[in-house]
Amino acid sequence: MSQPRTLDVGALAPGAFGSRSLMWWGTLGMVLIESTVFALAIASYFYFRTRMPSWPPGGVAPPDLRWGTINTLILLASILPNELAKHAGEHVDLRGVRIWMVVCLLFGLGFNVVRVYEFRHLNVMWDHDAYGSIVWVLLGLHTTHIVTDFLDTAVLTALMFVGPIEEKRFVDVEENAVYWNFVVLAWLPIYGVIYWAPRLM
Amino acid sequence: MSERLELPHAAEDIALLERTWAEPRGFAGWFFHVDHKSIARRYLVTAFVYFLIGGVLAALMRLQLSRPDNALIGPDLYNQIFTTHGTTMMFLFAVPVMQALGIYFVPLMVGARSIAFPRLVAFSYWMFLFGGIFLYTSFLLNAGPDVGWFAYPPLSEALYAPSRRADVWAQLITFTEVASLATAISLITTVFKLRAPGMTLNRIPLFVWAQVVTSFMVLFAMPAVMLASTALILDRLVNTHFFDVEHAGDALLWQHLFWFFGHPEVYIIFIPGSGLVSMILTTFSRRRTFGYLAIVLSLVSTAFMGFGLWVHHMFATGLPQLGESFFTAASIIIAVPTGIQIFCWIATMWSGRIHVKAPMLWILGFFAIFICGGLTGVMLAAVPLNTQVHDTFFVVAHLHYVLIGGAVFPLFGAFYYWYPKITGRMLSERLGRWFFGLFFIGFNLTFFPMHVLGLHGMPRRIYTYPTVMGWGALNLAASIGALLMACGVLLFIVDAVSALYAGEIATANPWGAGTLEWATSSPPPGSNFPCPPTVGGREPLWENPPDQPVVIGLRTDVRDVLVTHVLDAEPDHRLEFPGPSIWPFLTAMATTVMFVWSIFTPWGVVYGSLPIFITMVGWFWPKSAEEGGTQPWPIHHRTLPQPGEAPAAGGAI
Repeated sequence: MSQPRTLDVGALAPGAFGSRSLMWWGTLGMVLIESTVFALAIASYFYFRTRMPSWPPGGVAPPDLRWGTINTLILLASILPNELAKHAGEHVDLRGVRIWMVVCLLFGLGFNVVRVYEFRHLNVMWDHDAYGSIVWVLLGLHTTHIVTDFLDTAVLTALMFVGPIEEKRFVDVEENAVYWNFVVLAWLPIYGVIYWAPRLM
Repeated sequence: MSERLELPHAAEDIALLERTWAEPRGFAGWFFHVDHKSIARRYLVTAFVYFLIGGVLAALMRLQLSRPDNALIGPDLYNQIFTTHGTTMMFLFAVPVMQALGIYFVPLMVGARSIAFPRLVAFSYWMFLFGGIFLYTSFLLNAGPDVGWFAYPPLSEALYAPSRRADVWAQLITFTEVASLATAISLITTVFKLRAPGMTLNRIPLFVWAQVVTSFMVLFAMPAVMLASTALILDRLVNTHFFDVEHAGDALLWQHLFWFFGHPEVYIIFIPGSGLVSMILTTFSRRRTFGYLAIVLSLVSTAFMGFGLWVHHMFATGLPQLGESFFTAASIIIAVPTGIQIFCWIATMWSGRIHVKAPMLWILGFFAIFICGGLTGVMLAAVPLNTQVHDTFFVVAHLHYVLIGGAVFPLFGAFYYWYPKITGRMLSERLGRWFFGLFFIGFNLTFFPMHVLGLHGMPRRIYTYPTVMGWGALNLAASIGALLMACGVLLFIVDAVSALYAGEIATANPWGAGTLEWATSSPPPGSNFPCPPTVGGREPLWENPPDQPVVIGLRTDVRDVLVTHVLDAEPDHRLEFPGPSIWPFLTAMATTVMFVWSIFTPWGVVYGSLPIFITMVGWFWPKSAEEGGTQPWPIHHRTLPQPGEAPAAGGAI
């Protein structure tokens, strides 16, 4: 029996950022799943559209542009503090992480509150017809995302204040920011469909 | 392999390593397990129990149909039985059992110490278990779903299905899809990031390729049925109008969404089966798989094409002719990559030395059955024939030839192949041959006559038929066949249980196979590999040079895992994995409460989400240093590399 040769990995780092980390791949999996749900919901919207002579059916007014557009701007603006939080995370900068995650949460509070007004100005109820149903589901799906993303960011922020803090939590900060960006960017096609499709088609 | 046993670790190191990776014992400890082997064993046993229950339901149907004008089971119960049978076999058996094999063997075959996200996999198991309990509790309360396993509206809408039965179906879907999505993410990450150094993309075992391709299909297919079943629940619960034609909705949208999931589902079941065929056939042909690259590309192209032919389930709905032609062509073309795989397998056997052991018998049986099913599949792709036999027993025969042939035969082969690895004991070769013979004959006796019955016009999903139709003799034959299959399965159970105690002790590699799961003991220790392997060829145990390196330097006092690069599997970093945890169980409990609550009132979603949030915070919140957490803050110097920075050490092997 001979001793096999060895490959010593003891000197490797205990974690890594970006696509090298497992968490990045887990997040990617979630993003793929949820993007598919959004895409299919949007496809269902246009499927209903092909079944009706006019849109929205039955002379319903399209959703008011104001709140949806305001919220789009808030969501887009939140990318800035989010990127700064991500940057701070990648530099293991606890102070920067604390500051920018709190700023992100303030934006999150903003777009969650404005979302209530969006629902109130859709100009159709979910039980009116299939158009109302799919519009509510589209907005509801995205709302689920901004609520849960707000909550998990809040939990992570709380952890970064009260601890126990470990170095590898900064990878979580980074991946949380990646997911936040997804939630913001996923809104753009949904905004287009809910607010502009009824006006342009 | 003997040099592999001489390890460069001191004995006390191995003991510490095994304590680190050990799972808690006792009844309470059982709920904390996160070890992929432990979870996968439960998954396999649970899925097999659901298979047995689904089989009992099938036997009841065969009993009822064994003669004309039978009054044993009434139409109401019969509807529940066939719906629950189909739902069980598709959602609680076929997909989960394949994923369970993935959970057990993918980490072993890629030489990893653990599956990625082990707690997520534990959560997946609990969701799967609770989903099945929910379905069968409902069934026993006379609330079993009765609208068919694809639950077409308007039949499944509140107007025509006012009881909770359709809700039970729709919510069972949510349970099982959550479970399988969670597992899919874990498997993909495991294959991409936890492969042994040296296992480049073109050395990944074919079963692992099949699992990763399937997992991607799960990510893209399952959301469709979740969206559809959620819309159905909303229609039934809060008066939305997705499938309600009177309010601008459309019942056909259901069929599009369902089959956008449902057709890929067939491949989600079959592709792991084909991975099993590649593995077992290679081992028992004693040569490398012929056409490795062609097989991998076939798997990938099947996955893509699988999303482009859902409409062939809807030929009877009067779609535009152009669409029908397109989907006919697509449905015929997908036979090409499957054909390529079959030719590669034939070439492997042709040029190898075939050892016909029990696992290999099932693979040979697979060829016969699956090719018959494939032929009727090509027939059904043609619109005229499809319209003629739509909703008849011809379709029932076809789908059972494809699914039992394509998945269950390889699966039973895999049970015989891997039972020694999982339990450390061999199954009986003699009983295995009897099981195969009974099942093979019984299967054909059951399902072949159904082709003829379908062509004679016998519709599926009828609880009885009059004597004058002349279907009695063939139905009786089918029922006798079902009895033979049941006897075969009974023999298998006897064998599997008695072998646990009295079976011959299995060596590490009883079949002389070439992949890494055979490089460790049977059953494997908690850490899988005391010294993780590296890989020098496609069949490492056949091709590695004698001095192939092993990995050292991982910590033994925490669950340290080596993470490698996606393409070339070079060492990248180490990662500490979580230990045993109660939170996956508690989170699954909370999720179950919310799911069940929400079929009664929409407020169930609101209030039911609170416990889920609490349990998820508990799951996420790290242990402090006193409780066994590590690396307390502040750190003195940064150890995490900058994004994009090269790995600190490791180098090529």
